[in-house]
Amino acid sequence: MTTGEPLIVLDAVDKWFGPLHVLDDVSLSVGRGEVVVVIGPSGSGKSTLCRTINRLEPINSGTITFDGQPLPAEGKALAKLRSEVGMVFQSFNLFAHKTIMENVTLGPIKVRREKPAVARERALALLDRVGIANQADKFPAQLSGGQQQRAAIARALAMQPKAMLFDEPTSALDPEMVGEVLDVMTSLARDGMTMVVVTHEMGFARHAANRVIFMADGQLVEDAPPAEFFANPRSERAKDFLSKILTH
Amino acid sequence: MSVLIDRFDVFAGGFWLTLQICVLAALGALILGAVVAVLRISPVPPLRAVGTGYVNVFRNMPLTVVMFFAAFGLPALGSNADFLRIPGLDVVFSRLGTDLPYFRFALIALVLYTAAFVCEALRSGVNAVPPGQAEAARSLGLTFGQNLRYVVLPQSWKASIVPLGSVIIAMIKNSALVGFFGVVGDLSQTADQLTSAEGYAFVPVAIGISIGYLIMTVPLGAFLDRIEKRQAVAR
Repeated sequence: MTTGEPLIVLDAVDKWFGPLHVLDDVSLSVGRGEVVVVIGPSGSGKSTLCRTINRLEPINSGTITFDGQPLPAEGKALAKLRSEVGMVFQSFNLFAHKTIMENVTLGPIKVRREKPAVARERALALLDRVGIANQADKFPAQLSGGQQQRAAIARALAMQPKAMLFDEPTSALDPEMVGEVLDVMTSLARDGMTMVVVTHEMGFARHAANRVIFMADGQLVEDAPPAEFFANPRSERAKDFLSKILTH
Repeated sequence: MSVLIDRFDVFAGGFWLTLQICVLAALGALILGAVVAVLRISPVPPLRAVGTGYVNVFRNMPLTVVMFFAAFGLPALGSNADFLRIPGLDVVFSRLGTDLPYFRFALIALVLYTAAFVCEALRSGVNAVPPGQAEAARSLGLTFGQNLRYVVLPQSWKASIVPLGSVIIAMIKNSALVGFFGVVGDLSQTADQLTSAEGYAFVPVAIGISIGYLIMTVPLGAFLDRIEKRQAVAR
């Protein structure tokens, strides 16, 4: 599954929010085509970790390398890098004043300077892939949460990214809509997309991840294949965490 | 009260001059305020500092003092504010082109002062847009300018328009100061003209002037109320 040099490398990353040490000496590498699921109790720094990869959160020390290049500072170069990393948010963040079609084509047209017709064609194909092609002309508020999140995934895919970051993509969804979003993510994973997924969906972690990262208190505590992690967690923190979420 | 009818032409002339200065000052303040607002929300720290410094200076200084600086400071610097003699514009707004510079000085003071408030009204609109919108735009690779233009500003104007209107209403009332800084013949200065020079009783004159200001401000306020109601429904 992993080929060549890793796509995403974090080396000794530290980040503070004021006095709070949210990322404590975190090192991690994600290979091309690899699916890494990040789990951990809330406040453990997993969302922050995800957001540092496209520099939505700047870090205090350490280095982050994407596709062989260190993350650039704010500016054109960073914008270009972000265009190559898709991001899906917990709260969808679809542009509220634009239709689904406009949401999906904005990046390709304005960032990549694609012809609108070309962008629309690919957008329709992507919306079809996530199962909401018939919603293309609606506004985000007219869609269900699950549909909005699938539209957000299509919007990120429209940039033809090298990797996708998912920051708790199903946490804001009603239970019956979680499945439809996870289905889309599972199919992406099967197609070889490089993915970093912060989630509480242990089922997804079990069947779609290549590796599970367990974080607690800003530290990366465990890094193991899912079967191994769920069967034999090594750290007390992970055992404790799993016992709390898997008993119900 | 006969002064209202007998000297209607004086009131009308004052109204017209005040309207002129308000239209010009509103335009100038909206443009300058938008520039300062962009500076204040820019990701570049020195630009942010310039924007913040501007707002701190002009929002916190009395307009009278700004007027003093314009009316006495600019001449001291050897400027007659001739750059405001804009060809074309001075056909409609004839005072822009006169040799006496006080209309231009007062206009500059009013624009500088009001722009600070315009900036804050625009910024409050930008802040009303959920941060996730700008974050999603950034994560797609949109630059700061594209982010503002395609994502943030189209959503922020709705939240800006009511506070902006209040700023403009305040500006119209503030324009009453210009008569004390050499501008002859605006709505408030006509009071001085009619009472001191021509001996009319003050109260009827003051009523006439008030009506003049209300004609400008009340419709603007009503317009803002309508916009606010429409927004409430849309939500």
